[in-house]
Amino acid sequence: MSSAGLEIRAISGHPGPIPGAGLKQEFEVCKLIDTTTCIGCKACEVACLEWNGLTFSETTFNNSYQTMPDTSWNYWNLIRFNEHEDHDHGLMLLMRKDQCMHCEEPGCLAACPADGAIIQYVNGIVDFQQEHCIGCGYCITGCPFNIPKFSPAAKKVFKCTLCVDRVTVGLEPACIKACPTGCLHFGTKPEMKELAESRATQLREISGFANAGVYDPPGVKGTHVIYVLHDAMHPEAYGGLPSDPHVPWSVKLWKGPIKWLGNAAILGGVLGVAVHFMRYGRKRVEKDQPRNGTRHE
Amino acid sequence: MNSGQVVSRPYVAGRGEDRILRYTLAERINHWVSAISYIYLLVTGLGFWSPYLFWLTALVGGGPTARFWHPWMGLLFFASVLLMNMHWRKEMRTTDADRAWWKEIGRYIQNQDDNLPPVGKFNFGQKLWYWLIFYGAILLLLSGVGLWFTESLPWSMRFLRYAAILVHVGAALLTIGGFIIHVYMSTALEEGSFDSMVEGTVSRPWAREFHRLWYDEISRQETTRK
Repeated sequence: MSSAGLEIRAISGHPGPIPGAGLKQEFEVCKLIDTTTCIGCKACEVACLEWNGLTFSETTFNNSYQTMPDTSWNYWNLIRFNEHEDHDHGLMLLMRKDQCMHCEEPGCLAACPADGAIIQYVNGIVDFQQEHCIGCGYCITGCPFNIPKFSPAAKKVFKCTLCVDRVTVGLEPACIKACPTGCLHFGTKPEMKELAESRATQLREISGFANAGVYDPPGVKGTHVIYVLHDAMHPEAYGGLPSDPHVPWSVKLWKGPIKWLGNAAILGGVLGVAVHFMRYGRKRVEKDQPRNGTRHE
Repeated sequence: MNSGQVVSRPYVAGRGEDRILRYTLAERINHWVSAISYIYLLVTGLGFWSPYLFWLTALVGGGPTARFWHPWMGLLFFASVLLMNMHWRKEMRTTDADRAWWKEIGRYIQNQDDNLPPVGKFNFGQKLWYWLIFYGAILLLLSGVGLWFTESLPWSMRFLRYAAILVHVGAALLTIGGFIIHVYMSTALEEGSFDSMVEGTVSRPWAREFHRLWYDEISRQETTRK
């Protein structure tokens, strides 16, 4: 929600070039979430609410640790609790901190029609600018992670900013700062990838999680929030983490071939009728020259 | 007053009195409600369609305002198309005369209207446009409701969001194609056509030239009335 001083890579609904493109160099940032060391304390959720000044929502109780049912327009960061059972490890409580993944190829930005409502910075953060948002909800359709949430009162869409206002001034996101176990890390993308891979190796070789791995899905050209998972072959077990997320093909069709075909057809139609008029002229009724109300039978 | 009736219009400057009513006042008002709501939907819709046309939303109060009113205007458009269907549904059925006329569409396009097979009150091109708008409006409404309340569609039914976008865009583009031809033909191409939708009347030669069977029917009615 604050773009101060950050180099911009992409702007939603924007005709022409990016203002100030290529001016400054910036590191690509990344949040690493190690689900294997998360204890589900929800400190990150509270830190998110506090830093972003969001109102507290009433909790629910359904005989599980899941006291908030879902992320919402004013609840951007949520730990999803999932009971999971397998042969080698028995019953496990999988805990995944869910929030915007800050895709390298953001479907929300591709779908957005409003100039400047969604901005992707060179550092990888994808941020909504509510003052330019028109509330159409196309970003909701474009997102493969079910992240942008519509506020009926504000008629705008909101989501995690990766604490862009903190990152801009050299601080880590609020959730990272609050995490007591150190399962959250923040740094450059290469650093976080390396740390994640070394932790996954450790899980595979020492801790007996043969399928442990890093979640950095290539379908959206990678994300700026990556996970270490006990079982990278089954991300769905972590509360709806898609195994192969990508920008919906309908959105790609709509913003690609359909747009160009449609534009060509509209222009062709307008030019076509203009040329028709110049070639064939008007359809006139020759005898239609009423004189003094007489009939021309 | 039924359409097809001969009316006296002495107060229209330069007009003869001998004109035929083609569209009743109710039909004309209905048409223009549809037209104005469609144009609003077109302008705002094109604004949402392309970044290079987003400035169009500024003409109607800005992006959020356009987003707010677009669906409501869509409801008005749909209601007026339904009403139009009550007026014109029967007259828009395809007839044998239409099939004969459609075979000669090439000559109609080249403005060689004199020896075309005669047609009734509406020619087959007008009927195609009518049904394009009618079925287009239904598709736009169904997909539009999905886009209006995208956030209310559960994640498990997100295929509806994807379908709604493609259907809305496809149906809109088809109606835009028809709209370009319709506006061109009724304002620039065919003399007397625009006036008929404003004043409601056409001249006898116009009726005989473009809608011979309709003209003959009216003439017959006049004869029996006398």
